[in-house]
Amino acid sequence: MHELSVCQALVSQVETLVRQNHAASVHRIKLKIGPLSGIEPALLLQAFPIASAGSVAHDARLEIKEQDVRVYCDECNRESDAKVNQLTCGYCGDWRTRIVSGDEMLLVSVEMNKSEELSHV
Amino acid sequence: MCDTCGCNVTTGNRHLLSPGGRLEKTADGQLSVKVLQSLLSENDHQAAHNREHFDRHGVLAINLMSSPGAGKTSLLEATIDALGKNLRIAVIEGDLETENDAERIRAKGVDAVQITTGSACHLDAHMVHDALHKMDLDAIDLLFIENVGNLVCPASFDLGQQLNITLLSVPEGDDKPAKYPVIFRAADMVLITKTDLLPYLKDFKLDRAEQYIRELASDVPVLSVSADSGEGLEAWLVWLNGEIGKQQQRIISGHSRRPAIQPDGLQRHKLEEHQHNQTPQHHHES
Repeated sequence: MHELSVCQALVSQVETLVRQNHAASVHRIKLKIGPLSGIEPALLLQAFPIASAGSVAHDARLEIKEQDVRVYCDECNRESDAKVNQLTCGYCGDWRTRIVSGDEMLLVSVEMNKSEELSHV
Repeated sequence: MCDTCGCNVTTGNRHLLSPGGRLEKTADGQLSVKVLQSLLSENDHQAAHNREHFDRHGVLAINLMSSPGAGKTSLLEATIDALGKNLRIAVIEGDLETENDAERIRAKGVDAVQITTGSACHLDAHMVHDALHKMDLDAIDLLFIENVGNLVCPASFDLGQQLNITLLSVPEGDDKPAKYPVIFRAADMVLITKTDLLPYLKDFKLDRAEQYIRELASDVPVLSVSADSGEGLEAWLVWLNGEIGKQQQRIISGHSRRPAIQPDGLQRHKLEEHQHNQTPQHHHES
């Protein structure tokens, strides 16, 4: 269960952004997670209240956009859907493909509420 | 600054607030900051720092990952027996508890630092950095980091190593790469261990194990060894010496090498973002 450490790292990143932007609280955090990242979105959502407790992000809504696994085949010059353990080309079956989607573990954006007293600094 | 009338918006920062800009407001007027960073960027930052240490001191650092009991420590013992006289080797051992593995390595006359993680199921770059303070990198050519035995979590954490090796032992079954694709995709080399057991475990087929690895779109070398019988050790040592040579070349040319962890997801999204924002005022932003 490394989702808790990932979540703690996320909260720490969000806290830095809040400081940099003189915000008071966090409204929404958007992530993109692909199944090849090794992170389970459901576990991340469970870990978030624990990791964010007492932090500026404790009220934030965590939104995770799950990414499909897609590969690109240089032979066919085409993209196709793939499975996490079968990243072969959907057209010719060749395994020499490149991942074009599915290995993301990205913090995409953070929506914050500006703090009144600091907004004049 | 005033956010009510917009008098803080200048020609210098207007692009940040415009649609697609980094500080675009949401419909309900909240500040939305585009980040597009890895969730593990703090760990990755520390890992990059560790890698600079390794490169500066001319050290090749290899992270060994596998399930518990796949033979990581036995492989290291056999490797030290074969190369210990010519190469200066050190080991960082990661386990939840005990100094057992570090003691096995020290018995071979090689320095070992044990990290006991308590309940953590993986090593991270900060733990490795703390361990580095207990060793003299100038006295080392080759550092093995033996990760916590676990086929899931260690795959996501860059430690600063240049290479990842994932071990698959024969008793585990040849379909482990299909069951745990993330950690096998993170390998720069896969080592099938305990091959002396192949005559007893007839269900394990070496070619099928390799086929499962290829189906992960991985073209990495797959070698087979038995630390017990010594079979296959020669090819492993040749590979290792080759990698030490490549590391020395990289140091001469001022290059570094990242392991196969999370190869290009972040870069790809940054590129997409850059292409999406191909308007002149966004150039300095990307």
